[in-house]
Order: sequence, then structure tokens, then C-alpha cells
Amino acid sequence: MLADPAFRSSLVTFLAFAVFIVPTTFVISLGAALLVARTRVMQSFFRSVFFLPTACSYVVAALIWKMSIFSGIRSGLANGVLGWFGIDSIPWLSLADPPWYWLVIVTARLWLQVGFYMILFLAGIQRISPTLYEAAAIDGAEGWKVFRHITLPQLRATSTAVLLLLLINAFQAFDEFYNILSTFGTYPPYARPPLVYLYYTALGSGQDFGHGSAGAVILTLIIAVIAVAQGRILRLGDRGE
Amino acid sequence: MAIVRSKRQSRITGWARYSALVVAALLFLVPFYLLVRSAFMREQDLGSPDFHWLPPVWETSNLTGLFDNPAIPMARSLLNSGLIAVTQTVGVLIVSGLAGYGLARIPYRWSNVVFYGITATLLIPAAVTFVPSFVLVSTLGWISTLRGLIIPGLFQALATFLFRQFFLGFPKEIEEAAFIDGLGYWGTFWRIVVPNSGGFVAAIGTITFIGSWNAFLWPLVIGRDQESWTVQIALSTFLTAQSVQVSQLFMAALVAIVPLLLMFLFLQRWIVEGVERAGIGGD
Repeated sequence: MLADPAFRSSLVTFLAFAVFIVPTTFVISLGAALLVARTRVMQSFFRSVFFLPTACSYVVAALIWKMSIFSGIRSGLANGVLGWFGIDSIPWLSLADPPWYWLVIVTARLWLQVGFYMILFLAGIQRISPTLYEAAAIDGAEGWKVFRHITLPQLRATSTAVLLLLLINAFQAFDEFYNILSTFGTYPPYARPPLVYLYYTALGSGQDFGHGSAGAVILTLIIAVIAVAQGRILRLGDRGE
Repeated sequence: MAIVRSKRQSRITGWARYSALVVAALLFLVPFYLLVRSAFMREQDLGSPDFHWLPPVWETSNLTGLFDNPAIPMARSLLNSGLIAVTQTVGVLIVSGLAGYGLARIPYRWSNVVFYGITATLLIPAAVTFVPSFVLVSTLGWISTLRGLIIPGLFQALATFLFRQFFLGFPKEIEEAAFIDGLGYWGTFWRIVVPNSGGFVAAIGTITFIGSWNAFLWPLVIGRDQESWTVQIALSTFLTAQSVQVSQLFMAALVAIVPLLLMFLFLQRWIVEGVERAGIGGD
């Protein structure tokens, strides 16, 4: 299994994907939460707008991204915008190199997920005691210092949970890869994260359940190790009494 | 002097914050706008080299054509999605609600073991178990059946965990009063606990419904025949095969997200609470 180059390349694909998606989603959803939390006028409107894509499925997002925003033709939004600056159209999805498809996949997932994590950060921010901020104001701290020394440390539990969820969800990515990259019923040989690899190994023409299950066990072990190492998200053993 | 400067400064940061929010909000709304616009475009306008901000002609026949086209099982797939999402939501609420209550309140020697067993499965991402689950379901002969689509999703460890945590915090005095009045665990649960847990049930129910309606991998693996497609699978099949008109595909997607957008408008409060509970683990 581990000697299978296709399996190893799926792990590499996951790592590359995680390196892009985890930090960007983290930063953007935290930024959105901070902006929304400090807004008084139309706060619930802005919160709803960022949260709304959560109701959208990956299939629908893939459709909009593939056929409208990043369609290779000039009437696609991205190429239309490039056209205003006199830049030639880019075939976003049909080339393996340069790998523009990463931009398509990462932005689709960002749009779908940022609202979810923003809600988690907002809940965390609202739990921070206002007296901490009052004390900081008396000490003359403002702006970045307040964020660095009060908000961020107070959000540690939320941040850990968000990072872990982001990592697990990136690991399970399937829907947007499948729907954005497969055309006319075939999936390209590259950009196959673990679940896409498993899908085609176990359920493709080979129907290799044994290999598929072995792969699943390895993936489960990796996830379990990550989860146990971080450990705290569910606070095992906390009976809450 | 310092105060004046900081006032002006805070006004500037206020404006900067609003500008950033407005720009970000517009960016987040663009995909929805594109979806609606493209759903009402004529096929030749969608394919033309010019970008149209609004449809040159509003084509409403995309909607009627969608349900008239025998090649697209739109009505059937919407019905399947609705059936699956409703039964799964009701099922999860009953099964996980009862299990969570039992684990929280009924003294039983093995309850901790059972609870840790359930919690441990949370560490295994559900999608990783899909190959063995598929083998199991196909052995039962449930491929391409609603049973195969619904039943494996009826027990959810996360919902059970959240219900247990919630019921641990339920005021015990009320339940004890019910016990004195002669209600057992069963009666107390249905007549005292459930009617007083409306908000929490709504929160778990809404996010379960959304997850079920939008589910993709499991319906893709199990729903092999057209009759068992959910709306997501129908959309995906036509998207990846590119076998229907693009404008009709956008209309189908619009129809597929309308139920959730309505839910969002009216039940957003509970969805937010559900996300908070599910994301952080119920504290």
C-alpha cells in the first residue's frame, strides 16, 4: 500500500491542499469574525452574508465555479476581469501545469467554509470578558496589542478546535475535487486527494475493496494520531458535572 | 490633544472596517448572483464571448423545461432528497436524543464504556469508513435503495454526544418532580424533557437537515440507479458529464438550494446555535 506511488501521491496532494486551505481559512474567518464583532450597524446582515454559503452544497458551488467564474472562456467572470486589464484568458481547469485548478478548488472551499468558522470565532470572541478589554484600555493598550495579548490568547480553545476541524475536513475533501475536476465522466490522473484515490481504487473499474480498506485504515490512523495529539477538542472524560 | 487624534483615528478605522466588510460581503454574494443570473439566461447568451451582467432576455422556460425534460429526473431527485433529509433528521433526533438522555441520566454499569465507545468513533472521520460501509450495505442488497441511503445515517455519534452533554445540564429538580408524580424515564423524557428542549432540538435538527440535503459521497456511492438519485447526484452527473444545457443546469442548482435558503431565512438563529454546538463540542 505505502509502496503504491498513486497512494503516496494522494498523501502529497492532501498535504499541498492542507498547506493552502488551513491557514487561509483560519485567517480569513478570524478576520471576518473580528470585523463583524466590532460592527454595530448592520451586524446581523454582515454575519448572515458570510454565513449564507454554509447552506450551499459543494456540488452547487462547483457548478458556479466551474461553469461561471472559472470557465475557460472569455465570458467567465475571472477571465472577463483579466480581460479588462488586457490579460489573455487562462484555461483554469484544463491544464495540469501550471496548476491553476488549485486556485479554483481552494477558493470554492473558502467560500463555503469561512462562514462556519467565523461563527465559531464569533462565539469565542463574545465569551471574552469585557473587563479584560477595560483593563487593557486603562493600561493604554490598543489595536494590535489588544489583539495580540488579549483576544488571541483568550481564543486559544476555539483556535485549537478550528485548526483540528479544518485539518480533518481538508483530509476528507472529495466533493469539490470530484465535481470540479472530472469532465465527460473521467477524472485526471493528478490532484487526487486520499478520498478521491480511495473512491477510484475501491469503486472504480478495479473494485479493489481490500486495497481500498487498507488505505482507509492507514488514513484513519493518521487522522486518529492528529486528533489524539491535539486531544482536547472533545475533552474526553469531562462528565460536565 | 491625544484624545482628539484618537477620535479621528477611530473614525478612520471605522470607515476602513466598513469598507472592508462591504467589499467582502459583495465578493461573498457574487456566486449567488451568478447562479441566479445564469439560471435565467438563454443558452446562446451564456456561451457568447461577452460577459452579461443581466440576462439580455429573461428565459423562464429554463424552469419549466427542467421538469418537462425526461432526461433529467428533477422531480424524482428532489422528492428523494426531501424524503431522505426529513427521515434522517427525525431519525437522528429520536435515536440520538434517546441515547443521549439514557447516557446522561440512567445509572447503568456500562454507560461510561458505551459513552467512550461512541466518542471514540468521533475520532474516525465518517467518510473514511465509506469503503467498509459500502461493502456492508451492498451485502445487504441495499444498493440503489432509499433504505441504503437513509439507515446508515440514522445514528450519529456527534449528535448523541451533544444530546448527552445538553441533558447533563438539564435542571434535575424538574425531572425529580416528574418522577415523584409517577412518570418513569420514558414519560419524563417525552413529557417533561423534550418539550423544554425546543431550542436545542431545533439547533441539532436544522444542521442535520442541511448536512443530509447536501450530502454527496454516500449518495454517490449508493445511488447507482437514476430512481435513487438525490438532487446533488443528479446535478453532479449532469455537471461532470456536461450532457445538458448549462443554463438548465444552473436553474436546477437554483431549485436545489431554494429549500435551504428559505430555511436559512427563517431558522438562522437555530442554525447558528447548531454550528456553535457542533463545532466546539457543546459547551
